[in-house]
Amino acid sequence: MKQKIAIMEGSHAVAEAVKYCRPQVIAAYPITPQTHIVEALAEMVANCELDCEYITVESEFSALSACLGASAAGSRTYSATTSQGLALMFEVCFNVAGMRLPIVMTIANRALGAPLSIWNDQQDSISLRDSGWMQVYAEDNQEATDLHYLAYRVSENHKVLLPSFVCFDGFILSHTYEPVEMLSQEQVDSYLPAFKPFQRLDAADPISFGMYATPDYYLEFRYETDQAMKRAGKVFGEAGREFGELFGRDYSAPVEGYHLDDADTALVAMGSICGTVKDAIDEMRAAGEKVGLLKIRCFRPFPSEEVRKALSGVSRVAVLDKNISLGAKGAVALEVKDALYGSQIPVLDYIIGLGGRDVRKKDIATVVSLARAGKGDLFYGLRTELI
Amino acid sequence: METECELFDCGHRACGGCGAALASRLILKAAGPETIIASATGCMEVFSTPYPETAWKVPWIHSLFENNSAVASGIEASLKRQGRKEKVIAIGGDGSTFDIGVLCLSGAFERGHDFTYVCYDNEAYMNTGIQRSGATPYDASTTTSPAGKCSMGNPRPKKDLPAILAAHGAPYVATASIAYPMDVVKKIEKAINTPGPCYVQLHAPCCTGWGFEGEKTIAIGKLAIETGLWVNYEMEDGVVTRVKKVVRKPVEEYLQEQKRFRHLFKPKRNDAEIAKIQAMADRNAAKYGIDIKLKEPKESKG
Repeated sequence: MKQKIAIMEGSHAVAEAVKYCRPQVIAAYPITPQTHIVEALAEMVANCELDCEYITVESEFSALSACLGASAAGSRTYSATTSQGLALMFEVCFNVAGMRLPIVMTIANRALGAPLSIWNDQQDSISLRDSGWMQVYAEDNQEATDLHYLAYRVSENHKVLLPSFVCFDGFILSHTYEPVEMLSQEQVDSYLPAFKPFQRLDAADPISFGMYATPDYYLEFRYETDQAMKRAGKVFGEAGREFGELFGRDYSAPVEGYHLDDADTALVAMGSICGTVKDAIDEMRAAGEKVGLLKIRCFRPFPSEEVRKALSGVSRVAVLDKNISLGAKGAVALEVKDALYGSQIPVLDYIIGLGGRDVRKKDIATVVSLARAGKGDLFYGLRTELI
Repeated sequence: METECELFDCGHRACGGCGAALASRLILKAAGPETIIASATGCMEVFSTPYPETAWKVPWIHSLFENNSAVASGIEASLKRQGRKEKVIAIGGDGSTFDIGVLCLSGAFERGHDFTYVCYDNEAYMNTGIQRSGATPYDASTTTSPAGKCSMGNPRPKKDLPAILAAHGAPYVATASIAYPMDVVKKIEKAINTPGPCYVQLHAPCCTGWGFEGEKTIAIGKLAIETGLWVNYEMEDGVVTRVKKVVRKPVEEYLQEQKRFRHLFKPKRNDAEIAKIQAMADRNAAKYGIDIKLKEPKESKG
């Protein structure tokens, strides 16, 4: 299907995609590097290009709380944040998921202080991995825009009813101009129907939301939410396939291999770093090295089966983690190890690019050499003179 | 007051004589069925909604302790977008309203959402076991401001939250007491029918937390008013327009009925502290002009 191609800043492309999703209520609070998204949306509202209630809240905590109320009252709801803002939403995030409200939120991934850093890593969304939100990570701005349509489709599916983070790397994607094939309003409307809440606050049919559960009931609520998360993987696959059929870009797979088939060494990564890794792999392949990439698109629910299948033929796995569970390992490596449990395939973890430290093609090649030498589970690129 | 249609149902788990339970009933009596409630965590939320039971016969949502104003903002925006006409009421206790939720409350009032916030003020964190809040009165003994050998209880007077909200430009701010039910109903009705963010602070005596028998809730509430320690008033656009006037009684008539003030009387009466509290009542009386001046008996002419 024909789509217009535009050179756009990532944030503006995301804002335009959000507009086409027809959110009825937006509540957001400015924070670098998310600001260009919410500014663009505010401008659309000011110019009557987007017909929605836009609440300029006094904190991220209230942003998500207002979204919670708006969603419970039956409106399609959107917010965007990052880093400290997401940390401030921590309590509300669990609440939104527990109430099964299908809010979609863009995360322009950024490091968490202290020390203060406005630059990219993925510690913020990773730290909310247990909150009950789906998490998808975009490699480029094309994927970042498309994943918003998918996120609403999957979140609002009555088999799922869970909120979603659409994660894209702060600055690296949010502030970068790239060509993006943008769907039209009609195309999005054909893919994403109007929001039909499963339940809503309504005087015509009064129900109570967010009651308290004694030990006789709580466990089952958690079980059901986990089951919904597991169903979300399948629903995402179907929604991704349909998107591919309609618009030519297939997002049905929660993970994607790149030159994995005959690879002896597999890199595993999420987000924009995958682009760099692919370029590095092209160069290594040209030099005869059998290296491949497994890109994780969907981190929650975590596609363990697909990861195991994709990595079953490799001799070693090198995970690039833009986060660290201090005192343990990077979150992606932990998941990959779990997925490969019993396989004897070594999984080496590399904490890389934290707080906006550049990761270049030569760094990827170095990681592969380290992995071949069996050296891993380390912070890559440490400036030892500072330690 | 009983009608055929109670929107706050019986069978909830509140203590006998609970002021907050009466507040819930009165709020819904005033608001009617076309109402959506956003409740904060607290006694009222817990005693009214143990899953799978609920006492609320109107749509009701509880999210967190400190975000009911923000949740209400979202509900109001959502209804507006959908062209729906239900009224939105946020309800919170004093801990939620005065302390942990004050950021969300301030934000929602500043933005001018069309909703009513009702604080049921029982003057401490009752749900967690009677800890002091920003609404706890001077000298009240709570579990985190206990009276002791070198403590007279809570060392600070109550925060003047109605004035803070009036300063946000709230068109209608009122205080009321569950001891005067018709006044509560009237003020809630006025608040929900006034466009913009309105605030009603309900004095809701807590027999368990304050230390009195459950059958005395109304009597205690009346004594707070009659001593001038609680003033019922209305503010419209920041100006006090109506005040309940009383023939004032000495504050000790209120204080001595409650265990939270027992240390002011036992083992030894503390005249200095009682005088400080009397001075607070006197300042209230002067500030709001609540005193009814009894006419001097006319001299008999013979």
